[in-house]
Amino acid sequence: MRAAIRQLRFWMTNYRRTWRGSIYSSVLNPVLYLGAMGVGLGSLVNAHGTASLGGVSYLTFLAPGLMAAAAMQTAMGESTYPVFGSVKWLKTYQAAAATPLRPADLFHGHLMFTTLRLAMNSAVFLAIMAAFGAARSPWVLACLPAAVLTGLAFATPIEAYAMTCKKDSSFALLFRFGVIPLFLFSGTFFPITSLPAVVRPLAYLTPLWHGVALCRSLSLGTAQPGQTALHVGYLLAVTAAGIYAGNLTYRRRLYA
Amino acid sequence: MSEAPGNVTVVAAPDILIRAKGLTKTFGDFTAVAGIDFELTRGEVFGFLGPNGAGKSSTMRMIGCVSPPSGGELSIFGLDPVRDGQAIRARLGVVPQEDTLDVELTVRENLLIYGRYFGLRRDVIRERTARLLEFVQLTERADDEVEPLSGGMKRRLTIARSLISDPEVLLLDEPTTGLDPQARHVVWDRLYRLKQQGVTLVLTTHYMDEAEQLCDRLVVMDGGKIAAEGSPRELIDRYSTAEVLELRFGLDEHEKMAGKLEGVPAERIEVLADRILLYTADGDAALGAVRARGLEPVTSLVRRSTLEDVFLRLTGRRLED
Ligand SMILES: Nc1ncnc2c1ncn2[C@@H]1O[C@H](COP(=O)(O)OP(=O)(O)O)[C@@H](O)[C@H]1O
Ligand SMILES: [Mg+2]
Repeated sequence: MRAAIRQLRFWMTNYRRTWRGSIYSSVLNPVLYLGAMGVGLGSLVNAHGTASLGGVSYLTFLAPGLMAAAAMQTAMGESTYPVFGSVKWLKTYQAAAATPLRPADLFHGHLMFTTLRLAMNSAVFLAIMAAFGAARSPWVLACLPAAVLTGLAFATPIEAYAMTCKKDSSFALLFRFGVIPLFLFSGTFFPITSLPAVVRPLAYLTPLWHGVALCRSLSLGTAQPGQTALHVGYLLAVTAAGIYAGNLTYRRRLYA
Repeated sequence: MSEAPGNVTVVAAPDILIRAKGLTKTFGDFTAVAGIDFELTRGEVFGFLGPNGAGKSSTMRMIGCVSPPSGGELSIFGLDPVRDGQAIRARLGVVPQEDTLDVELTVRENLLIYGRYFGLRRDVIRERTARLLEFVQLTERADDEVEPLSGGMKRRLTIARSLISDPEVLLLDEPTTGLDPQARHVVWDRLYRLKQQGVTLVLTTHYMDEAEQLCDRLVVMDGGKIAAEGSPRELIDRYSTAEVLELRFGLDEHEKMAGKLEGVPAERIEVLADRILLYTADGDAALGAVRARGLEPVTSLVRRSTLEDVFLRLTGRRLED
């Protein structure tokens, strides 16, 4: 744990040089999406009635889903290139592996940093959501840990995978065939009940759907204990599996 | 001599820091290190001399506890590198073959981060950073980013970084490979000072002059095996002659000329692509004998034997190709 915190400090030192750019995108993206889709497109949707959305405005429906999806994207950004670059380009991971730190310490240190980044971005998102008037119950605050957990369910397996990659072109494929379809079809923009029945079970398997459903139910104040436990349990299980895999792939890559 | 409990007098064993027996490293069905034995004593400068692919880095990584041995025994500070890797690495300084500096951070930040990895306090790191940057002549660049530094400066910074934890043993994998001659001499000078201070150094190199200047003792490595072991002087005495006469004849004439050197006082003759080497106790006498046969080389040179000659003798190949 203490060793992992040393690695967390490294990432924080590193982040001091890039935080301005990252804050910019973590503010701008939610504003653009909530403005264009929530308000703009939302006015069309609302005009047709929102019974299928649970009777709330499109903006209110969209915002928590988008928050979960944004957490997925933050997680993807943190767990691909920065990790791959450390082992392949800068080789700072190899430098750290020569010290008392173990591969798992490096992994866990970076996960702590990812958790902080997820919490920061989700907090910013929450504030913007409130500014748009899309936060309706105090329960919306619980979206923050829910979004962080959603992010970690992506960060841990992706980071485990990134440590096995020989080329960074693998990530382009991951974004194209993983992140973008999930972003579009996991219930973020429309309820997955609108999907053809044959592909619906597929959506239930994705961590993003659980994250979106969890955040939305908390934000709208419709959360039920059983479903909430299912979503949280699923996301925790994926996170745990990712940590287990990452412990292995970090060790394999750094201790050849 | 010291008194052990129970009044049994024991002779203090020499301070062996690293001991390897039959040490092996395989990658799939490829054997990179094929069962080597060596011992490292406290205070000495020990070298692995060998060409590219000899298995030097693989050996260093096993000593550095970032590569589990595939076979044989290895003990470092009396500890097991797989089980006690963390404790061993805390006592080692490592200069890897490839630069692993964080080029996006400053010189000072690199030392701070690295020092923190060893759990050192900030004030300790600050004090050592000042001293080490002075030592590697980088004080003026302390707050500059690492990226634009020259290769030699990066190498010196890596050496400073490896010393931040005040290690008992410093591992240097090809410390001057890729540097221009001037930058190499600066690095050698710093390593020589460390040696004077009594730091135990393990280094690998494929430069025979580097091995000859720095190492108290070395092993010649080739194809994953150790071909010979000793001090540079011992190795030269054992595997070469006092002097070497180098003869250059016209292009493609070397094989033919070698045939005419029968009877010239030389222990051994090596015919290379561009010259003939005669191993002899007295180079000038041998040159006289060559001339007495009416042979006139384009150039001739009498020199002392080097580790390059030892390597050629042991492996039939040259070190730096
Ligand atoms: N991780 C690895 N996987 C496969 N082969 C390797 C690996 N590391 C080194 N080798 C091979 O082992 C041999 C010895 O390499 P190395 O120890 O780097 O030699 P040296 O440092 O003496 O040049 C080389 O043929 C190299 O290609
Ligand atoms: Mg090497």
